[in-house]
Amino acid sequence: MIRRALFTTLLLSSIAAPIGAQVTSERLLRAADEPQNWLTYSGTYESQRHSRLTQINPTNANSLELKWVFQARSLEAFEASPIVVDGVMYITQAPNDVVALDAKTGAVFWVYQYRTSPDSRPCCGSVNRGLAILGDTLYMATVDAHLVALDAKDGQPIWNIEVASAASGYAMTLAPLVIKDKVLVGVAGGELGIRGFLAAFDAKTGKQVWRFNTIPGPGEPGHETWSGDSWKTGGAPVWLTGSYDPTLNLTYWGIGNPGPDFNPAQREGKNLYSSSAVALDADTGALKWFFQFTPNDPYDFDAVQIPVLVDTDWFGTPRKLLFWANRNGFFYVLDRATGKFVSGFPFVKVNWAKGLDADGVPLQTMQPPGQPTYPGVQGGTNWYSPSYNPRTGLFYLSVWDGYGSIFTAVESEYKEGRFFTSGRIGSPIAPAAPMVPFSRRTPINTWTEEAGHGAIVALDPRTGQRKWVFPMTDVSTSGIVTTASDMLFTSTREGHFQAMDARNGAVLWKASLGGAVAQAPMTYAVGGKQYVAVASGSGMFVFGLRD
Amino acid sequence: MRSIVAVMFVLAGGLGLLRAQVHLGQYAEADIVYGSAIYANQCAQCHGPNGDLIGGVNLRGGDLKRAATDEALRGIMTAGIPGTAMPAFKLDPSEMIAIIAYVRNMRDFESKSVRLGDATHGQTLFEGKGNCTTCHRVNGKGARLGPNLTQVGSVRPASLLELSLVDPTSAMLPLNRSIRAVTKDGTVITGRRLNENTYSVQLIDTQERLVSLEKSDLREYSVLKTSPMPSYKDTLTSAERADVLAYLLSLKGPKS
Repeated sequence: MIRRALFTTLLLSSIAAPIGAQVTSERLLRAADEPQNWLTYSGTYESQRHSRLTQINPTNANSLELKWVFQARSLEAFEASPIVVDGVMYITQAPNDVVALDAKTGAVFWVYQYRTSPDSRPCCGSVNRGLAILGDTLYMATVDAHLVALDAKDGQPIWNIEVASAASGYAMTLAPLVIKDKVLVGVAGGELGIRGFLAAFDAKTGKQVWRFNTIPGPGEPGHETWSGDSWKTGGAPVWLTGSYDPTLNLTYWGIGNPGPDFNPAQREGKNLYSSSAVALDADTGALKWFFQFTPNDPYDFDAVQIPVLVDTDWFGTPRKLLFWANRNGFFYVLDRATGKFVSGFPFVKVNWAKGLDADGVPLQTMQPPGQPTYPGVQGGTNWYSPSYNPRTGLFYLSVWDGYGSIFTAVESEYKEGRFFTSGRIGSPIAPAAPMVPFSRRTPINTWTEEAGHGAIVALDPRTGQRKWVFPMTDVSTSGIVTTASDMLFTSTREGHFQAMDARNGAVLWKASLGGAVAQAPMTYAVGGKQYVAVASGSGMFVFGLRD
Repeated sequence: MRSIVAVMFVLAGGLGLLRAQVHLGQYAEADIVYGSAIYANQCAQCHGPNGDLIGGVNLRGGDLKRAATDEALRGIMTAGIPGTAMPAFKLDPSEMIAIIAYVRNMRDFESKSVRLGDATHGQTLFEGKGNCTTCHRVNGKGARLGPNLTQVGSVRPASLLELSLVDPTSAMLPLNRSIRAVTKDGTVITGRRLNENTYSVQLIDTQERLVSLEKSDLREYSVLKTSPMPSYKDTLTSAERADVLAYLLSLKGPKS
C-alpha cells in the first residue's frame, strides 16, 4: 500500500503542468493525462467522469476526512461541477457568480458577481452547472441566456454576448464545452415554447461561428415531422454539456423534450430532433447523424443526459461506441461514427414501450387515461452524470426505481415567455399524496415506498444485467465519479456522500452533509494529494485522506 | 382538456355551497375558476397540483410567509424571488388577479364536493365518542401517537379528510406509516415514522419519545402499511362524520 501511494505521488508530481500554464486546446484533448486537473464539466471529452487518480483506494477510503467547505451565498440548488486547473478551482455560485478558490484550502482568490436580467425565467430553478476554460479565459452560460468570458486570473469580464432572448423564455444552465477555438452552448426553455438550438462562438471574440437549430426550419430535412406551426414553439432545448471525439471531429449532444411537453396532439409527428442524440461536425455544426430515443415524446423524456464515449472490444470487434442511459428508461449503445443502433434494454421498470425494434425504435404502449406510466416524468434517470469505468467495464448511474406518473394532456395556448406544457402530472399513489419533486428542499422525506426510490446501479452495457445495486430510501439527483483505483463516489438526495467499491457496491465510507446533492462529485489533486469534491445543500465539501 | 372541463364543472356546481360556507370574501368566483386553469399551466410544474410540492411552501395552507398580502404575492410573481427557484412570471393583469384569487382559495376547493356538518358538534365527537384525542393532538390537547391535527384544515384537502374517517389506510400518507423495529438485542420499538433515509429512520414511539434508529443496528425493520386508526364508517353516522369533518376543516393553525 505504501509503495502504491508513493508511486501515485510521484506520478502526480511528474505529470503536473507548470503552475500558471494556459489551458490549451491540446491539453483539453489529453485531459485524461493530467488527472490532477479537471478541465471540463465531465473531466474529459469522452465524458466518462472517470479519473486515473488512485491515491484514494478501497483500502484507505475509510480514512477520508473533511478538508474544507465552500459556502455558496445562494439558496438555489447547487448543481455546478467545478473545474480545477493547476491548483485553482473555479466554481459557479447560482445563478451566475463565479468563484476562484485555492483547491487545497478553499481560500477564495476572487468572486465575479453577475446580475441576471429580471426577464430571466428558467423553468426549474436559476441554476448553473459550471464553467469551461481555454487559455486564461473562463466561459459561463447564464440563466438570462448570455455567454460571458472572464479572465481566469482576476475574474474580470472580457466579453458578454446575448445568445438568445430571456424575455422569450430562453435560458442557459449548462457548462459550455470548448472545442479547439470555439465555445459551444445550448439553450434551455423546453417548458416555455422556445425553438431550441446549439451554437458555437469564437472563443476570443464571442462572435457566433455556427448554429444548429434543434428543430429544422422550412425546407430543411425533418421539418415535416412537425405539424403546422408547432415547430416554432417546439422546445427541443439543450441544457447539458455534450462530448467530443477528436478522431471523428464529431461533437455529441442530447436534445430535450418537444413542447408543449404533455400534449403531442398539439405537435403531431416525430418532432425531430427533440428527445434525440445528435452528432455534429465540430467545425461547422453540420448534422452528421441523429438518433431519436422517444418520437413524439408526450412524457418530457428529454434526451438530456451525458453522452458517454467508449472505445472497447464489443463481442470481439473494436468499436467506437456511445453509451446512453436515457430518461425514458432504456439504455442504448450506438455506433458513434454512424449513429446506428447497436443494442438497448430497459434499466428500470418501463411500460410506455414494450421494447425496442431492431433499429432501436420504441414499440410504444401508451397507458390508458388515469393509469401510471413508468418511468414517471422525472425519468428512470435524468441529467445526473453517470460514470464508465474502463477497468470494470461497467456503466454506473443513478436511477429512480419503481417511479411512475399519471400524465394528463390538456390544451394550452402559446404565449411568449410563459410556461407552455399542456398537461398535468399526477401521483400514482394515495390521493393528494405528495409527488416526488424534481429537487429536494427539506430534510424530510415525504414520498416513500410506492412513490419509488433511488438506486445506484452498476450496469453491464453488454447484457443489461445489473451487476450490483445500491438501493436508497429517497430518490437521487447525484451524479457519479469513478477512479482507476476502483473507487466510486456518489451521494444521495438525503445528503449522504459515500465512497464505494466500484467492483461490488460496498460502502467503504460515508459522511452526512445535511443537504440534498444535485450535482456530480469530481476528483483532483494538489501537491500530490487527491481530493474529492461534492456539493450538498448550499455548500461544496472537499474531502481527502487523513494527513 | 377533459380534466379542465371537469374541474370547472365541479367548481361551478359547488360554488353556491362554497360561497355559503367558506366565505370567499373579495375573490370573484370567475377569477378563482380562471386562476385554477392558469395555475395548472404556469405553477403546477414546480408547486404541484396540490400546491404542496415545494417543502416549506404550502400554497394550499394559505400561510405564505413572503406573501402575507395579495400585493406581496403579486410582487413575487412579477419579480420572482432572487436566489431561489421562483422565477419572474409574465402574466396579464387579469391573469394575475385570477391566480391570486385561486391561490388564496386553494384549500377550500374540495369542500364543495363533501358534506360538511356542524363543527362545534364535530369537536364534541372528536373529543368524546370518537376518542380521537387518544392518538391525535389539537391545540395542545391529546396524544401524539397520530399526526398533530392543529392545522390539518389548512394542509389537507377535505376529500382526503373525509376518506380518512371511513378508510384511514387509503388516506394515510406514506410518511405517517407505523414502523416496527427489532434491535439486535431483541428490543422491539414501534411508533409513527417521522422521517427516513437510506441509513436510518426517525420516529415517535408509543411513549411519545423521539427515537432515531440506525438500520444497521436492527435485526428486523418493517413499515406497516395498514393504518392503526379505526374506520368510523360504522361507529359514527354519516351526519356525525360530517360534523367531525367540519371541525377538522376549521382547524387552521394554533389558536392565538
